[in-house]
Amino acid sequence: MKHFISTRGIDSATAIRLLDTTADMADVRQRDVKKLPTLRGKTVANVFFEDSTRTRLSFEAAALALSADVSTFTSKGSSVSKGESLKDTVQTLESMGADFIVLRHCDSGAAATLAQSGWINAHVINAGDGTHEHPTQALLDAYTLRSRLFGDSARGRNLAGVRIVIVGDILHSRVARSNVWLLATLGAHVTLVAPRTLMPRDIAAWPVAIVHTLDEALDEGVDAVMTLRIQKERMNDAFFPDAAEYTRFWGMTTARFDAVRANTLVMHPGPMNRGLEIAGSIADSANSTVRDQVSHGVAARMAVLYTLLGEDAS
Amino acid sequence: MASKVVLSSPDIERALKRIAHEIIEAQRGRHDLVFLGIPTRGVVLSERLAQLVNDIEPQHIDCGVLDVTMYRDDLRTKSTRATTPTTIPASGIDGKTVVLVDDVLYSGRTIRAALDAVTALGRPAAVRLAVLVDRGHRELPIRADFVGKNLPSSVDERVYVQLAETDGDEMVGIR
Repeated sequence: MKHFISTRGIDSATAIRLLDTTADMADVRQRDVKKLPTLRGKTVANVFFEDSTRTRLSFEAAALALSADVSTFTSKGSSVSKGESLKDTVQTLESMGADFIVLRHCDSGAAATLAQSGWINAHVINAGDGTHEHPTQALLDAYTLRSRLFGDSARGRNLAGVRIVIVGDILHSRVARSNVWLLATLGAHVTLVAPRTLMPRDIAAWPVAIVHTLDEALDEGVDAVMTLRIQKERMNDAFFPDAAEYTRFWGMTTARFDAVRANTLVMHPGPMNRGLEIAGSIADSANSTVRDQVSHGVAARMAVLYTLLGEDAS
Repeated sequence: MASKVVLSSPDIERALKRIAHEIIEAQRGRHDLVFLGIPTRGVVLSERLAQLVNDIEPQHIDCGVLDVTMYRDDLRTKSTRATTPTTIPASGIDGKTVVLVDDVLYSGRTIRAALDAVTALGRPAAVRLAVLVDRGHRELPIRADFVGKNLPSSVDERVYVQLAETDGDEMVGIR
């Protein structure tokens, strides 16, 4: 694997190996000495054309934990505002020695374009491109699920038979897309829930079940509910009447939470709109994986960086 | 190329018993012993050695697994190797005698990586190295403290170790 652009097309064996490597990285994060020498002498450039807190910090922490040098580029305050293109920007970064480009971009397909362009030799890691994919988020979500559901016997396992509901703004969600592909490859049953206005139209071929209210989805009995953020920056149309109505039909409320099986996990990729898509008390409950997801994010990104490094052999 | 058996199953057992005696002799009861096996076959050998030492002189011995993958110096020239979990005793390795156990000692680079991995885990009183086979061709100033069999070999030859737990069969061969 030279680049990490999408979870679509990753085979099951590769996915499981990435999860196992993530587990080993997570172990290292528990030790007194949290650093590995693996990427010594390599430079990871974080190139962020879009705002981000946890993804950028997480990639920085992952690169530093593997002893890489890190340079961070954000488009705000850069020459991008003077009209510099993506091509010129990344070529500049590579000239300064970047071996890995971690790209967050507002346009779907930006990371794939960069990987296929031939502009650079560096590895490209997609840290979120428009409404397309956010593959490292899916990896950390799958890892969080696997470790919470199977504990010490998680290693080497897939997610066969695990039932997961993803609820919210599927239309604009790169997290949902990346999760759909990865979770399906791992054998999980994925149900998508969204208002009709926030469900993509072309998803007949997706390996998922589709329902339109959360109650309908929860009736079936589920292992985990993944709530997505209502992205206020993308709510530029009348997708649903108002926030209260959204919460009533698609929010993870305490009433819904009390009605599901006691060990049902509740996930959220962050940042959360407490009280809108997820009740604050649920986000802070023992069933919530929100904090785990953040801490596993570093381990998952370490696993991806390490896995791509082996590609330099040829 | 013709294949030749160098150690049979009873030979391996005898070699490990001798190593167990040598470990006890070198130890003279000074520190607690921790056996750290290097995957995959080093782990099997370390468990067997711990049992043998315990049979000769009953004592508490901790066993663990030391994955050295992330510390290797050839990661960027070889395709990605799968990592395995590292497990160390709950009481750690500080102040103890760590015995690293591997099946074959060759260039010494795995052991160099293992020494770095140990350093990241704690500060043992001493680190020793036990190997079933030493085939020579060292590329680093490293030697084993306990050797089952010195096996002069050519770099073109392949030394292979099979153990009942991992391979179903039990032998050391060269071809």
